[in-house]
Amino acid sequence: MTDDSMQPDANGMFGRFGGRFVPETLMPLIAELQAEYDAAQSDREFQSRLAYFQRDYVGRPSPLYFAERLTEHFGGAKIYFKREELNHTGAHKINNCIGQMLLAKRMGKTRIIAETGAGMHGVATATVAARFGMPCIVYMGTTDIERQQPNVFRMKLLGADVVPVTTGTGTLKDAMNEALRDWVTNIDDTFYIIGTVAGPHPYPAMVRDFQAVIGRETRAQLLEQEGRLPDSLVACIGGGSNALGLFHPFLDDATVAMIGVEAGGKGVETGMHAASLTGGAPGVLHGNRTYLLQDEDGQIVDAHSISAGLDYPGIGPEHAWLHEQGRIDYVSITDNEALAAFQVCCRLEGIIPALESAHALAEVAKRAPTLPRDHLMVVNLSGRGDKDMMSVAQHLGENFQ
Amino acid sequence: MNAAKETPMHDATRLDKCFTALKAAQRPALVTYITAGDPDVETSLDILQGLPAAGADVIELGMPFSDPMADGPVIQKAAQRALESGQNMARTLEMVQAFRQQDTQTPLVLMGYYNPIYRYGVAQFLEDAARAGVDGLIVIDLPPEHDAELCLPAREHGIAFIRLATPTTDSQRLPRVLENASGFLYCVSVNGITGGLAPALHDVERMVGHLREHSHLPIAVGFGIRSAEQAAAIGRFSDAVVVGSALVERIESAETRRGAVEAVHGLVRELAAGVRRAGKS
Repeated sequence: MTDDSMQPDANGMFGRFGGRFVPETLMPLIAELQAEYDAAQSDREFQSRLAYFQRDYVGRPSPLYFAERLTEHFGGAKIYFKREELNHTGAHKINNCIGQMLLAKRMGKTRIIAETGAGMHGVATATVAARFGMPCIVYMGTTDIERQQPNVFRMKLLGADVVPVTTGTGTLKDAMNEALRDWVTNIDDTFYIIGTVAGPHPYPAMVRDFQAVIGRETRAQLLEQEGRLPDSLVACIGGGSNALGLFHPFLDDATVAMIGVEAGGKGVETGMHAASLTGGAPGVLHGNRTYLLQDEDGQIVDAHSISAGLDYPGIGPEHAWLHEQGRIDYVSITDNEALAAFQVCCRLEGIIPALESAHALAEVAKRAPTLPRDHLMVVNLSGRGDKDMMSVAQHLGENFQ
Repeated sequence: MNAAKETPMHDATRLDKCFTALKAAQRPALVTYITAGDPDVETSLDILQGLPAAGADVIELGMPFSDPMADGPVIQKAAQRALESGQNMARTLEMVQAFRQQDTQTPLVLMGYYNPIYRYGVAQFLEDAARAGVDGLIVIDLPPEHDAELCLPAREHGIAFIRLATPTTDSQRLPRVLENASGFLYCVSVNGITGGLAPALHDVERMVGHLREHSHLPIAVGFGIRSAEQAAAIGRFSDAVVVGSALVERIESAETRRGAVEAVHGLVRELAAGVRRAGKS
């Protein structure tokens, strides 16, 4: 694979995926954003500001931690955690928010909007908006507001205005529709901070670039600790930003296997899942062509996952493309498998992972025991689980009865 | 228009003929939008079939989509009602076919989002749409950058691809928007979603004037137009006036199916009187 093949073309296409499927009103804005982003990439001032905030505000680099007890427990591959859950705000989301906020400032925008599902992207956006003194509106589905109360309160504390979205099913996709409606109405002053590697070009490539710090650090850290590259990388996928952030800097390294873990919900065969690649079909939504959960008529259907952060009926277009190229292995993990891995991680490592990250850990649980002890496996611990206490308590209560 | 006999449409399209005739009559066209299958397919077909008699010159028929990101609450709810009543692309095309059996003159344009078309299959969709008697397409999320997807293939089937020009369409952007535009130009009078604020008249007039300098296509103005008075005012400088949300609201608030049909046709009659007042004669 050459370097060129990993960048989208002029229309933002990764093969047949991606693109700019947006109303005409937004086209000039998207073109402007792209021009500014291109300029910022070669602007040393911008890059040094970004590095400063990543280090002193976010707390990077995040550690690459040898999960010794989990490794012993599975008795196979040597498992490392990339500890994104230690970032400020408790997840990888802020890596991207800092980058986009600096871009918003550079473009002279004065108002920030965002969509959120689990609330982690909303919290990260509200955080950087507070830091940079910008008004911030976060669109969040009413279903998600109910199951993520602590994050709703966090956003309010940070000064953001959380707008409940009642349309559709009141989840992440509806929040994204509403954010797009806001953007198309308030084009002059507003910057839309999209939280994942989806949306119209240049968002998928831009968010990936801001998250690729995860993979670059991992590479350097593992070379220092083990003197070589990893054998496999594992990450969970909703839209897919933490996964692409970890994977992208290794795509050229043919010896590094990559496993993306989608949310299998109650099982892909039940139809109650969020596994767009495993159980969806190509379509166009939210500005890009990708794999979507949809019916025969092209109507988007609801995703289901125990984890609100994975509960999205699409996936970033670059993942769709990498899937068809066969470069990354995409699998799915059910709610129950994720819950089991969640508990193992709590008890053996003293780390309470986000339910999203627990999906990646569940895949580790399947693979690690079958692999030799010199197999180096890095799993992205993309977020911490404090926000999930209520959901987990509820589910464990049911299971124990 | 009534004088025109059934003629094959290979030379001039129904859209061309309609705008030529109205130019001769020196008045703007009334373009009416309803969502196919709202509130159910039978009522929706009754509404559709009565639109020309009530005074609609061009019909926009919405293809419902679960995630209409450029539409306000009124049209979002219409799509939801339609989908809940079992509407799908095949039924929408059947409605067009049924309409064409009784009306061979009034141009009908399908409006919506790309995914239901993409899922149906572009080639199959164009074949079926052309056979049903569709004259044009407005696909909100297909900008000129993606013309190869549907716009260019549609032209080969004799189906116009109607472009939206918006307040953000500046001189730099406009040539791109006009490049493969056909049928008419849809001048979106305000930034935002359907059913929103009424546009400021002088801004719209300036936009239309700007578009006229660069295109010979008829220019329709839409978004935020609700009343006969607005239609009359905007019709003085445009070739067509589009009304959508205000009509769909009549369906939403109607207590019976019959009531919905009558309420929509009633407003169309008022609007038709409005565009006739805008006549430049």
